Amino acid sequence: MSKDNTIFIGENKSFWDRNRRSGGYLLKRRIKEISISVVRALLMFGLCFMIISPMISRLSMSLMQEQDLYDSTIVLLPRNITFENYAIVARSCQLPTSMLNTLWISIVTSICQIVSCTLVAYGFARFDFPLKKFWFACVVALIIIPPQTIQSALYQTFTRFDLFGIITAITGGPINIRSSIWPYIMMCLTCMGLKDGLYIYMLRQYFKGVPESLEEAAYVDGCGTLHTFFKIMLPDAMPIIASCFLFSFVWQWTDLFYSRNFLTGYKLFAPLLSGMPDRIGQELAGTSLNAGQQTVDPARSLQMISIGVLFCCVPLIILYCFTQRTFVESLAMTGSKE
Amino acid sequence: MSKKNKKYREHWYSGITEAFQMYLPGSKIYHTIPARRARVGFLFILPFIIGFIAFMVRPLIISLRMSFSQYTIKTGEMVWNGVGNYTYAFNTDPDYNQLLTNEISRMAINVIATLVLSFVIAVILNQKFKGRILCRIIFFLPVILSSGVLPGIETSSSSLNLLKSMSDSMGDSSGVNLSASIQNLLSVSGVAGDVFDVIFQMIDAIYDIVMASGIQIIVFLSGLQSISPSLYEAADVEGCSAWESFWKITFPMVSPLLLVNCIYTIIDFFMKNDNQVMEHINDVMYGVRMDLGLAAAESWIYFGVAVAFIGISAFIISRAVKSYE
Repeated sequence: MSKDNTIFIGENKSFWDRNRRSGGYLLKRRIKEISISVVRALLMFGLCFMIISPMISRLSMSLMQEQDLYDSTIVLLPRNITFENYAIVARSCQLPTSMLNTLWISIVTSICQIVSCTLVAYGFARFDFPLKKFWFACVVALIIIPPQTIQSALYQTFTRFDLFGIITAITGGPINIRSSIWPYIMMCLTCMGLKDGLYIYMLRQYFKGVPESLEEAAYVDGCGTLHTFFKIMLPDAMPIIASCFLFSFVWQWTDLFYSRNFLTGYKLFAPLLSGMPDRIGQELAGTSLNAGQQTVDPARSLQMISIGVLFCCVPLIILYCFTQRTFVESLAMTGSKE
Repeated sequence: MSKKNKKYREHWYSGITEAFQMYLPGSKIYHTIPARRARVGFLFILPFIIGFIAFMVRPLIISLRMSFSQYTIKTGEMVWNGVGNYTYAFNTDPDYNQLLTNEISRMAINVIATLVLSFVIAVILNQKFKGRILCRIIFFLPVILSSGVLPGIETSSSSLNLLKSMSDSMGDSSGVNLSASIQNLLSVSGVAGDVFDVIFQMIDAIYDIVMASGIQIIVFLSGLQSISPSLYEAADVEGCSAWESFWKITFPMVSPLLLVNCIYTIIDFFMKNDNQVMEHINDVMYGVRMDLGLAAAESWIYFGVAVAFIGISAFIISRAVKSYE
């Protein structure tokens, strides 16, 4: 702001000349500016490095052979590069299958979640109906209540699933559908999936920000409610919907809670990964590398888990690199109207 | 709605009768536009209502009942047990009390630290400097890297804990543990008190804190960007220093977001995967015990604590923010 002024005063004079004329003020301010930016750069670099460094160390660790792990002269760059570790972990996590399963389940559930959440959010943002405040309080409650509270009850509900006694009437008893995908699809379609309260809140915040006159104009031109929603509101809301979709995809990808409780029939990556610390010992003992060795040393299993984490993260990081604009910008779009 | 409130009524319909009438085809207001819109709106949120009742209220009731009873998985029958599970959780379960208090104190510190840190980072990111966009990308990365299964996976197994304690006892070979040595120094010179302990705890946990503050940074950042620059210009003209305008403009304008972020942080912390109480509950549920009743009781206690925390912090923050306005 005041930078422009100072340049204007003595445009073709040298810095020291101008400094003398200002009575030392210019130098003082310049030093202050530079020191602030140095401190800022250091702080930013340090924090950024802290976020990234575990990934880097995992990456370097994953390439090491076993002897490198104990070599204290090796910090980051492995001496003997090997890709065998990847093969072991891929086998342990049943890689192609589990990854593909995770992919399609994440996509399907995210779509279900976002479709239902968009509809509900639009309903909350635009219509006035009895008990609206109450239901919105329920949305907030949905954000707050940890799903772990109802974990055991959901477990029981779906192991003895019975839709108002209809299923008992047909098959003569409640059925166990816990290990299939249907319970979770049902929950996603009714906005009870992973962090759905948050998506409803975000989308509602967005829809509230759209000028109402747009819809009124559409109404005057003879556009019905549904038509207005699909033709006018949805195209505009695409960025924020995409952002919610990405969030839900990423969180579903790494989710352990719902995968472990409902999707046990499918080989998913997250539960396999979480079970890896306990499993890895037996598996390494079985491979040719450590034949005959019963207990696996911690450093080795830590290495294996690092690779598992890499497998889980790398697709997401690549996705994030391409879509970070959608992630960050649209969150900022809704955030400003809290 | 009483007659007294009628003036301040916020709905177009008056009272419960009209609220019902709009759903009755024969009624007077059935065909009015507001009634029609109300019905459409109700249809829009119908999925949520169904889901909330079927998959939230009902399980909540079941799990509440479960927490008061002895539940056997094989047969699915519940026997009323009174507050047996609760007393068991508090008095007999060897770990639960300790884990609970540990987690709560850790959370109280972490929430404050997260709020402060994310606010500072947001303020810095709001300034103009080279590499700002890159920094923003990196600071948001933890939203991905610390979700779901990922945090705590590397410290979860017992053999790895052994490794960690080994390396701790040997001392970090790569460098001196700075915070510990400063702490020693301070305690030797007699300065350190409980406050310093808390601060050092925060410093040691800074990785966790940064990893937990992705969303908060973005929320604060969006709040900062919505402040109109003319406010700062006016303050500058009046001779306000940058420090003053930070406290008189930036902070009050962003402070409403404190509440949102605080609640978000608390919830996030309670649901994190590396949370020991959650791990314990999972152990009780799927482990050798398979005691669903006890698991339900313990998660209800935990939920109660979470709600209490949110309530207290919401109360404090909303009062603090009000005084600024």
